Amino acid sequence: MNLTVNGIAHEIESAPLTTLLDVLREELGVTSPKAGCEQGGCGSCTVLVDGEPQRACLTAVASVEGADVTTVEGIGTAASLAAVQQAFTHHYAAQCGFCTSGMMLAAEAYVQRGGTDDRGAIQEALAGHVCRCTGYVKIIDAVAALARGDEFDITVTAPSAGMTNLGGVQ
Amino acid sequence: MTKATEVISPTSADEAASLFGDGSGVTVIAGGTIVVPDITYGRVAPGKALLLGGAGLDTLDATGSTVTVGAGLPVQRLSELAEDAEALAECALNVADYEVRRQGTVGGNVCAGAADDAPRGDLQGPLLALDATARSAGAGGERSEPLEEFLAHRADRLLLDLTFEKPAASAFASLDYPHTHAYTVLAVTGVRAADGTVRLAATGLAGHGARLRAAEAAAGDPKAAGAAAVGDVTLGDDALASAWYRERALPVLVRRVLAKLGEAA
Repeated sequence: MNLTVNGIAHEIESAPLTTLLDVLREELGVTSPKAGCEQGGCGSCTVLVDGEPQRACLTAVASVEGADVTTVEGIGTAASLAAVQQAFTHHYAAQCGFCTSGMMLAAEAYVQRGGTDDRGAIQEALAGHVCRCTGYVKIIDAVAALARGDEFDITVTAPSAGMTNLGGVQ
Repeated sequence: MTKATEVISPTSADEAASLFGDGSGVTVIAGGTIVVPDITYGRVAPGKALLLGGAGLDTLDATGSTVTVGAGLPVQRLSELAEDAEALAECALNVADYEVRRQGTVGGNVCAGAADDAPRGDLQGPLLALDATARSAGAGGERSEPLEEFLAHRADRLLLDLTFEKPAASAFASLDYPHTHAYTVLAVTGVRAADGTVRLAATGLAGHGARLRAAEAAAGDPKAAGAAAVGDVTLGDDALASAWYRERALPVLVRRVLAKLGEAA
């Protein structure tokens, strides 16, 4: 069976019910999708399948035969980061980084489908993604900035807009 | 996987029904959100797997006075029924998160077997209250029957679609366990049919979802209906809540749903 990953066509040799996550990590060596819970609850394996976010751990590879899969390796390079990667960098939205690739792809899809900088809507869009560093405020800051179309200077870190939104803390 | 699995991808509903046969030895994979982790963790080792993604079961027709929902429709797409069946849309959007709702299907949710850790089958509640008819394939061929009867032997059948009359009003109330998203501990749906009949159903019970018939008979008195509902169901303990807690929460949810239905009158 065939699969295109980050623009490169592959002939897949794994058994048909192997998860897309195992195919990406074990057969193709694409390791940005993380094996967290492997039961759909943590979001860290999320990839884009034909542009839509999908849990690679819940996906039998045979069910996405011929699909176009995108991981964070495919949206930008170290020399030329994608806007979502710039947003996460500028807003310091990654701590340990385990959830970051899934968060960024969910954020990218959210903005692509017309998502706004409304913090409640962003929370809803990212609801399936767990950050065990609990860095949610800055992640939401980054996605809101991306949705607004901000430009990012990644040589400096933005002050957190989210903290001022908490209110009452002086 | 340690043994070879035969994997078949039917390209039509008829072909899917034919390949399903009487269902023996067949593992059905639609969205995969339940079965794929079962395979990953070794709880299921399919000999023959039927991949339904290309079988054309992802239909939704709400153009007339009835709604027909294909078993392969992603749960997320029930949000399109916010006008026609508000409680079903609200319940659907209370399931998991955006990505899992896009991947999981109506049929997979309705047909899910019981789990030890948390209730499954959220959509059974609204669909029971809507008095949906289930069309399925399996031993003896295709047949249509009330969802309530179908649920009892859902493991042996391949669900094709569900049809219901658009209600005059519907309401949904749930007791949620907050996590990154809400896990539904217990939920109640109420429907007022076009002829004025009120139907109630609950999920989060010891078994699959159930109609609350004693509560329905007392629907004019929400407090009495709430009390009666406890006798309609069997409650259980799991990781989210005890039966003791659910018994106290169920009357509250029944009263909330009846209040919402009253406001929608």
